[in-house]
Amino acid sequence: MTTNRISVTVNGTDYSADVEPRLLLIHLLRDVLDLTGTHLGCDTSSCGACTILLNGRSLKSCTMFAVQADGADITTVEGLASDGKYHAVQEGFWQKHGLQCGFCTPGMMISAVQLLDRNPDPDEGEIRTAIRGNLCRCTGYHNIVEAIRYAAANRNTGAMSGGKQ
Amino acid sequence: MTIALKGESLKRREDHRLITGDGTYVDDVRLPGLSHVAFVRSPHAHALIRSIDASAAAAAPGVQRVFTGAELQEQLGSLPVGWVLPDQNSPPHPPLAFEKVRYVGDAVAAIVADSPYEAQDATELVKVEYESLDVVVDGEKATQMGAPQLHEDAPDNTSFEWEVHSADRGYDDAAKEAEVVIKQRMRNQRLIPNSMEPRGIVADFNAGTEQITIWTSTQIPHLVRLLFSAVTGHPEHKVRVIAPDVGGAFGSKLYLYAEEVILGMIAKNLKRPVKWIESRQENFIATTHGRDHIADAEICGNRDGTISGFKVHVYANLGAYLSTFAPGIPTILYGLLLSGVYKVPHISCVVTGVFTNTTPVDAYRGAGRPEATFVLERLVDMFAAEIGRDPVAVRRKNFLPTFKNGRTVSTGVVYDSGDYRATLNRALEIFDYKEFRREQREARRNGRLIGVGFSTYIEISGLAPSAVAASLGAGAGLWESSTVRVHPTGTVTVYTGTASSGQGHETTFAQIASEELGVPYDDIDIVHGDTEKQPFGTGTFGSRSVSVGGQALLMSLVKVKEKATKIAAHQMGVEPDHVTFKDGTFTVEDIPESQMTFAEVAGQAYSAVNLPPDTEPGLEAVSFFDPENFTWPFGCHICVVEVSPDTGETRVLRYVAVDDIGNVINPMIVDGMLHGGIAQGIGQAMQERAVYSDDGQLLSGSMLDYAVPTAEDLPMFETDRTVTPSPSNDLGVKGAGEAGTIAATPAIVNAAVDALKHLGVRHIDMPLHSEKMWRIIRDAREKQRAERSTRAKQRETGGKS
Ligand code: FES
Ligand code: FES
Repeated sequence: MTTNRISVTVNGTDYSADVEPRLLLIHLLRDVLDLTGTHLGCDTSSCGACTILLNGRSLKSCTMFAVQADGADITTVEGLASDGKYHAVQEGFWQKHGLQCGFCTPGMMISAVQLLDRNPDPDEGEIRTAIRGNLCRCTGYHNIVEAIRYAAANRNTGAMSGGKQ
Repeated sequence: MTIALKGESLKRREDHRLITGDGTYVDDVRLPGLSHVAFVRSPHAHALIRSIDASAAAAAPGVQRVFTGAELQEQLGSLPVGWVLPDQNSPPHPPLAFEKVRYVGDAVAAIVADSPYEAQDATELVKVEYESLDVVVDGEKATQMGAPQLHEDAPDNTSFEWEVHSADRGYDDAAKEAEVVIKQRMRNQRLIPNSMEPRGIVADFNAGTEQITIWTSTQIPHLVRLLFSAVTGHPEHKVRVIAPDVGGAFGSKLYLYAEEVILGMIAKNLKRPVKWIESRQENFIATTHGRDHIADAEICGNRDGTISGFKVHVYANLGAYLSTFAPGIPTILYGLLLSGVYKVPHISCVVTGVFTNTTPVDAYRGAGRPEATFVLERLVDMFAAEIGRDPVAVRRKNFLPTFKNGRTVSTGVVYDSGDYRATLNRALEIFDYKEFRREQREARRNGRLIGVGFSTYIEISGLAPSAVAASLGAGAGLWESSTVRVHPTGTVTVYTGTASSGQGHETTFAQIASEELGVPYDDIDIVHGDTEKQPFGTGTFGSRSVSVGGQALLMSLVKVKEKATKIAAHQMGVEPDHVTFKDGTFTVEDIPESQMTFAEVAGQAYSAVNLPPDTEPGLEAVSFFDPENFTWPFGCHICVVEVSPDTGETRVLRYVAVDDIGNVINPMIVDGMLHGGIAQGIGQAMQERAVYSDDGQLLSGSMLDYAVPTAEDLPMFETDRTVTPSPSNDLGVKGAGEAGTIAATPAIVNAAVDALKHLGVRHIDMPLHSEKMWRIIRDAREKQRAERSTRAKQRETGGKS
């Protein structure tokens, strides 16, 4: 089995690993780097549970080989909060009950982060379009839309509860 | 934070770990030396297994062992059926098929390898020689003469014929006398649950203690342990089942699955931990499906709007084998609901449970109740249309009167409490019906097709009074358990037998405990999903967790309070009835300065220096609650749809849901469950369907082919409530997990039929795909045109012929 040495930066930390060429990026993150916050929900690039930011762009990490990510700067759900404070999107999901089982949530939040980076004040339709690649079976999306609206409205206030009632 | 109360929309304590990536789902469980399992599954829907040659697979890189069905058969019994109806045929269900495969996805071999990739690679090296047999996938065709037979001991592919009738069996006579009888065949299409987390299992064996530990994504850890022990013979007390964070379930994780048995036995055989994570492709074929009814339904009544009866015969497609609860779903949870919210005297229901060469069918959110509600609420609309009356008026005319404590209906069951007018009235305050009819007329003039649909549903929740369930076929008690353990410092750990898969039990149950004990919310932990920690519990399904599990919790809290009061009274030198307990403080009546806090009493209970006579040290209680009745949530859902006359594309424009689920512990969580439930109902009504080819291939076998709703497919939901407490438990709760799904499908289809009513459309089967709707509109218009020209011709030739 041939392997390739790759280096990636994930949530600000540098990692190197020897990987099989066929190793999927999601498996690098989950099984090699032990960052299990990103989930695997399908095998057809359909569900979005595996969504991460790669060099600032949201991407389904089940759809890329780890070797293709060599040199990349990656953000996963584990990298959203900083200094013990939630990212505005995390705060929105917490405040607006944007999750139930939580399985879709990491990928869903990453898509929301990407949306708000590109469009700081999206309307309902724009939010729905932006997250159409992320399936959620629990919430019916109602509270996810509310959560992203909340994040948009509060992203600059810095009033992040960090999950305290 | 301080004391929490029932009725507050507390944000969920589960969320922190889930939004920071710190949750632990099965795939996140790490054990040293973990090996990986992949399954070889049948590509044939029906075939004899001639031979299996696993030698190449066994020699492949990283492969440790290959197990075949023939090999494991010695160690394993048949997968059990937990619901047995009278005269039911329950043919054997081997965990690994060894003589014959009966559906695409039936597992025939399991490969153990060092890595998941190597295990997967080796599946392609297992040579299985099949001799294919004729296939049947349709529930009705499978019962007909000459159909291929799946099981030797299930003639005509029939597992059971079950029936329920109103006591006088008077439907047929009533239909003879009725002014109107309407018959309609309705198909309730097969659905694929698609929880976002597929199933997954990690199994470990400790040779020293002989304990098997199984982490599995399940709704029923204790039942998995019990049934695992029954199938494998490994003693129950040496099996531990852990359900960690579960990424959605919706009924699809409510069984003992073959993979759980096989992984446990592989761990035991190899004395090492093994893991299997289901791929989505496997999830489509190897995890249970839902629905799949062909119903011949009938309603009779009079032109004044009185309904005299409902009759239905159902072919319920059960798939290739009986899954754990399969026989209970299309029978008990279906037939017993057929009175709806109506005072209809005559009910007649016969259900034929049928084997076909398809993935086994069992509960999917709502489970039997959505199918029943669809039939009922569609029939009521068809009846209203036939007699030219308003569907709302017909519903009102036939509603059962309001009752607070028990009412027997024609199916023989006793509803707990109901006020069906109240939910309808509230819904009509939110939705201006008159104004909508005006808009509809105007829209039609402008060539737009919009329609409104109502669903005044009822459902059976709070599963279940064990003796009643047993008399209906349940093979296990359906009560629930709790332990409340107060620690010496006054903090509390609650152990519940329920098992959350996203419902927020850790929050809801902590609210109940905090209010009851006056202990700060943050000082209470809720522990679920581990058979080594909780007393035996039944699990989470049938919208039962708070109405049964919450009541079990309440009982333990009351016991703890009683004992604590006794200790406090003793220490303050008075009789217990002179002590009041409020907000966590025990106070002697009339002597407000004589007080002890709950934490002080807890400390005293454990120091045991000065306890009342005959009082054991410690402060802990265990309770088991078996309800006397089910709970019966109800409500009124209103849906508005628009159908494009040019493309048939149908969209939900507005969705109003007024539900009565009794008292509510956490309104935010309940609203969320309602949203999700409605979304799954809209999914069925609008787009989802499992499709099998005639040779048994699942054509809708991926998320590319099976349309789970996206954010763009759904509207915002307008939810509200009325409150009619349930007398079935002291909390007065009814259950919220499935109401949305149960109510939604007829509201949507009624709306679509309403939009096309002026074209002569009476019924449309789900899903309301654009192409189907376009054909219906085209055919209806052609028919109307043909009729017009016939009439015109008749006028032209009038008198001459
Ligand atoms: S796991 Fe990547 S899209 Fe589903
Ligand atoms: S919260 Fe369960 S899938 Fe989205």
